Amino acid sequence: MASDQQPACVSCEPKGLCGGKGLLTLKEGAWANNPLSIQVLGICSALAVTNRLENSLVMGAALIFVCVGSNLLVSLLRKHTPHRIRMIAEVAIIATFVILFDQFLKAFYWDMSKQLGPYVGLIITNCIIMGRAEAFALQNPPILSIVDGVANGLGYAAILAIIGFFRELLGTGEVMGHPVPFTDWYTPNQLMILAPGAFFALGIVIGIFNAFKGPEPEEKK
Amino acid sequence: MTETSAWVIFIAAIFTNNILLTNFLGMCSFIACSGQIRTSIGLGTAVIFVMTMTTMLNYVIYHFVLVPFGLVHLQFIVFIAVIAAFVQLVEMFVERFSPRLYFALGIFLPLITVNCAILGASLFMIIRNYSFIQSVGFGLGAGIGWAVAIVMLAGLRQKMRYSNVPQPFQGVAISMVVTGVLAMAFMGFAGMVSIQ
Repeated sequence: MASDQQPACVSCEPKGLCGGKGLLTLKEGAWANNPLSIQVLGICSALAVTNRLENSLVMGAALIFVCVGSNLLVSLLRKHTPHRIRMIAEVAIIATFVILFDQFLKAFYWDMSKQLGPYVGLIITNCIIMGRAEAFALQNPPILSIVDGVANGLGYAAILAIIGFFRELLGTGEVMGHPVPFTDWYTPNQLMILAPGAFFALGIVIGIFNAFKGPEPEEKK
Repeated sequence: MTETSAWVIFIAAIFTNNILLTNFLGMCSFIACSGQIRTSIGLGTAVIFVMTMTTMLNYVIYHFVLVPFGLVHLQFIVFIAVIAAFVQLVEMFVERFSPRLYFALGIFLPLITVNCAILGASLFMIIRNYSFIQSVGFGLGAGIGWAVAIVMLAGLRQKMRYSNVPQPFQGVAISMVVTGVLAMAFMGFAGMVSIQ
């Protein structure tokens, strides 16, 4: 009976990636294979922190930092890591960078650290980073891995910023905490900054991306 | 500050503060594994069990090891290690003693290590300063809340196969919108109990 159940996290499997050089890697990560809108990885944080543009930007920066750092380190150590323990080594490396970022936020941006709450820590379980380490950094030299980290981080941060911008604009009528002028007639729609708004916003963004990409094959049964 | 009873936290974690629908945790497996009701029940059960146990374990480790030794900044790495080790242990244990259960739950256990809801529950427990009993209530409630949500979505998605969804929205996008509607429905419980 277990055989007819598909190995569930299809989307968490590292996608095949053409080797390519720097520019191709960049384009691949940031647009063609965007981790959030195309591969649908790491959506937890994308939903949770996008109620304000500011939070989204910080979260995007955090992800770029962690992704670049862990990609670099995994890539540097790729010849010295025994295959069997590579997962736990990757998790340890990722967790180290997340702790660094968390401590940095706590030291210099306490308010932001409070607002993001547990979601900074949850970057560890963000499948994007794990996926990149596993699928890219393990097979590629350090410089290319950095580029890949930047590309995926940027792709993620861009979507986050888009969602954050619209949710804040529609939900509170403000951008980065400043009211938009000449919009007295607009009554902020509180729903957008609450939980359901996040789901709607992300669903619509993914839908729009799919529409640009052309028809998708039918969902696997 | 008055102590909220574990029972209240338990109910709140299922309905008003559902870990999936209001805190967005565990979305990856939520979207990927909600194709069939049967699969989602299996995964839900595994999550309930692992979440309750790891919340308890992490509570003990945090308050009796990390705090006395001043190692609080290592909490992320310690928590994730505890979760991974625990899942591995359960997997070996179940495989050895109950092959039937292993075939029902086994394939889901490794997935759970990377389920952010599990780590999130531990982190929420620390941030909200729960006592041990409250943590148990929270872990159990959050697990059940997650399971309820994924089973509901699986049911809805099975029905949705027969409906006419616009091309670009098929698959993940429409699941997201449906989850949004579910979250709205759950907001109806908001007046019942509340924890911050």
